[in-house]
Amino acid sequence: MWERIRQIVVKELRQALRDPRMRAILIGPPLLQMIIFGYAVNLDVEQVRLAWSDLDRSARSRELRERFSGSPYFTIVAEPEGEAEAVRLLDRGHAQAVIRLMPGFGAGVARGEQQDVQVLLDGANSNSAAIIAGYAAGVIGAYNRELLHQQQMRKLVGRTRDGPVRLALPGVRAETRIWFNPELKSRNYFVPGTIVNIIMLVTLMLTALSVVREKEIGTMEQIMVTPIRPLELMLGKTIPFALVGLFDMALVTTVALVVFRVPLRGSVLVLLLASALFLLTSLGAGLFLSTVSSTQQQAMLGSFFFFLPALMLSGFTFPIRNMPEPVQWLTSINPLRYFMEIVRGLFLKGVGIEVLWPQLLMLGAFGVLILWSSARRFRKRLD
Amino acid sequence: MSLRRLGAIFRKEGLHILRDPRSLAAALLVPVVMLLLFGYALTLDVDRVPTAIHDLDRSPASRALIERFRGSRYFTVIQQEGGYAAIEEGIDRSRLLLGVVIPENFSEHLARGEEARVQLLLDGSDSNTAALAAGYAESLVLAYSADRRDAALRARGMKELEMPLDARVRVLYNHELKSKNFIIPGLIAVILMIISALLTSLTIAREWETGTMEQLLSTPVRPAELLLGKLMAYFVLGMADMAVALVLGLGLFGVPLNGSFWLLVFFSALFLFGALCWGILISTVARSQLLAFQASMVSSFLPAFLLSGFMYAIENMPLIVQQVTRIVPARYFVTALQGIFLKGVGMEVLWKEALFLFIYAGLVFTLAARKMRQKIA
Repeated sequence: MWERIRQIVVKELRQALRDPRMRAILIGPPLLQMIIFGYAVNLDVEQVRLAWSDLDRSARSRELRERFSGSPYFTIVAEPEGEAEAVRLLDRGHAQAVIRLMPGFGAGVARGEQQDVQVLLDGANSNSAAIIAGYAAGVIGAYNRELLHQQQMRKLVGRTRDGPVRLALPGVRAETRIWFNPELKSRNYFVPGTIVNIIMLVTLMLTALSVVREKEIGTMEQIMVTPIRPLELMLGKTIPFALVGLFDMALVTTVALVVFRVPLRGSVLVLLLASALFLLTSLGAGLFLSTVSSTQQQAMLGSFFFFLPALMLSGFTFPIRNMPEPVQWLTSINPLRYFMEIVRGLFLKGVGIEVLWPQLLMLGAFGVLILWSSARRFRKRLD
Repeated sequence: MSLRRLGAIFRKEGLHILRDPRSLAAALLVPVVMLLLFGYALTLDVDRVPTAIHDLDRSPASRALIERFRGSRYFTVIQQEGGYAAIEEGIDRSRLLLGVVIPENFSEHLARGEEARVQLLLDGSDSNTAALAAGYAESLVLAYSADRRDAALRARGMKELEMPLDARVRVLYNHELKSKNFIIPGLIAVILMIISALLTSLTIAREWETGTMEQLLSTPVRPAELLLGKLMAYFVLGMADMAVALVLGLGLFGVPLNGSFWLLVFFSALFLFGALCWGILISTVARSQLLAFQASMVSSFLPAFLLSGFMYAIENMPLIVQQVTRIVPARYFVTALQGIFLKGVGMEVLWKEALFLFIYAGLVFTLAARKMRQKIA
């Protein structure tokens, strides 16, 4: 039995590595995807293009302007005069935000009256807009505190026999400490997730296509007349792609560490274990697709429709926590979700088996279930 | 060019589509599934952040702060026992996103008129959620701080302090800042791209592989007629998908359409035409279905998804990648879609996008026609 399995494995590996186009498919697309994903998938907001519309032109308004131009988040790109011009800048996407100061701003601040700072935001991308609003509030808030302090010094100072005293007022300050990703770089979050979906896509498609191709070009009949048994054929078909999957995993992980400088804080061994468990699932799903499709087109369409919802419901970009509850239950039968959680936990949090065992367990259970049921289907089809 | 031959190819291609119910269903289900996913399930908006509060002070002042967290829709307080260790463990296991620690001397500081501190511990692994959650938590603490200060002033019989500045934020185009309002318009571009890439790229490769191309060649049909006839059939399918997406987006999810409906149709038709020509070009060159499929995935689906600004803002990418996005047609279409849907702008702003899509479609059509003539002649 082992000899026959070995023969099939050798045949598959030879077939996969002989054709230069096939060799390219094993290495090219994963690398290309890693690089496009790594650079493109990013939700950070840096260098906000700000239009500054100052109708006051006083010392105070210039002071606030300096606060904005000195902030690492803002670049002032235009100085529109009127509201119409400001809105046009937003319409055309030349500016992402406009700050308007009305005439009398400086004089009002000097009199101690509350003055408006108008912030106009392009809300088309709601996520960027919410973050920009936060940045602007931070800059204005800091300036606000300074002005308040100056006014307090003037107003609240009382005189006693011992000299001037300041009135003590209570306040609360928030000290924020961010764990695991202190610079809040979204790349550190997305690159490990990308590894997961590349492994999924490569192994799923290759397995599905390798069986269907034999059916399409008629070599399946030739295999059937050899003494090989269905189980042996199945093992022989999946083992080479498991090896390819592990190889690609190592390849893209290296790119993630070297090119994107993502930290890997957890154990490499646990990562390897999780990948092996996940391969059970993706190879099983690939085998299943190969039993339901008779042409390569169907197999490709099928793997696409399996892959896309699995990716979207894995928490890759969209947090599962924000989904409606029925959809959250649905994600709990998505093996990709568990692998995603394990990989992110290992890369970012550096947690180990003691935290990740439920996910590993689920991943293993799904893998065995999916592989076992597709293997049964596969056997029936062959008999 | 004969209309009769064109009509015959169009009819043949239409029959092909209708007779493969599995692929037809897939083509019509793509927009439905994608819109349902993005409309209902997928959102980047942050609320109900799972929060643990560790109150070391246990005073009326600290309880008042906790009440604020409980009352806010942005936070869900799920844990108040266990201290630091429990917060750390909860964040490790991703059960918690935020830990709030109120130190022992909190109320004491406040009573003495000093600055008290509150510690916010955040899981930064999902940087986007963390940045938004930190913003909400800090402004909540700030509001509490201002109220304490005003109360202290009132207690001394003084006038409340007015903040010198008041930031008035006005959001244009997407007032409620809902992520679905910007994702669903962009999704139309992705859907049209998937349809044209997945289906068209296989149409001519299949004729070569199954040997029916030779039969077609023996008829009097000309390359341009073959190309246009096939294009028209998939064009109808693509516009049907567009209609499905529009009905669901506007009707079910209430995405606003502020601009002109006909301008939207014009842009979609222009983009779809170019995308279909691209699919056919790949199909003519590739000859094998596997290669055609791989090539169209890498050259049309991935750029439309990642480099179009549909979800990930282009201005945040490295400069080189930004330059690459300039040759991605989906980028111009997404800009036009978001402009028409959310900003309600017209041709006076979007003429550049229209011009690019027009040139692109013309160029790819010419190339495809020429390749087709070469291969057939």
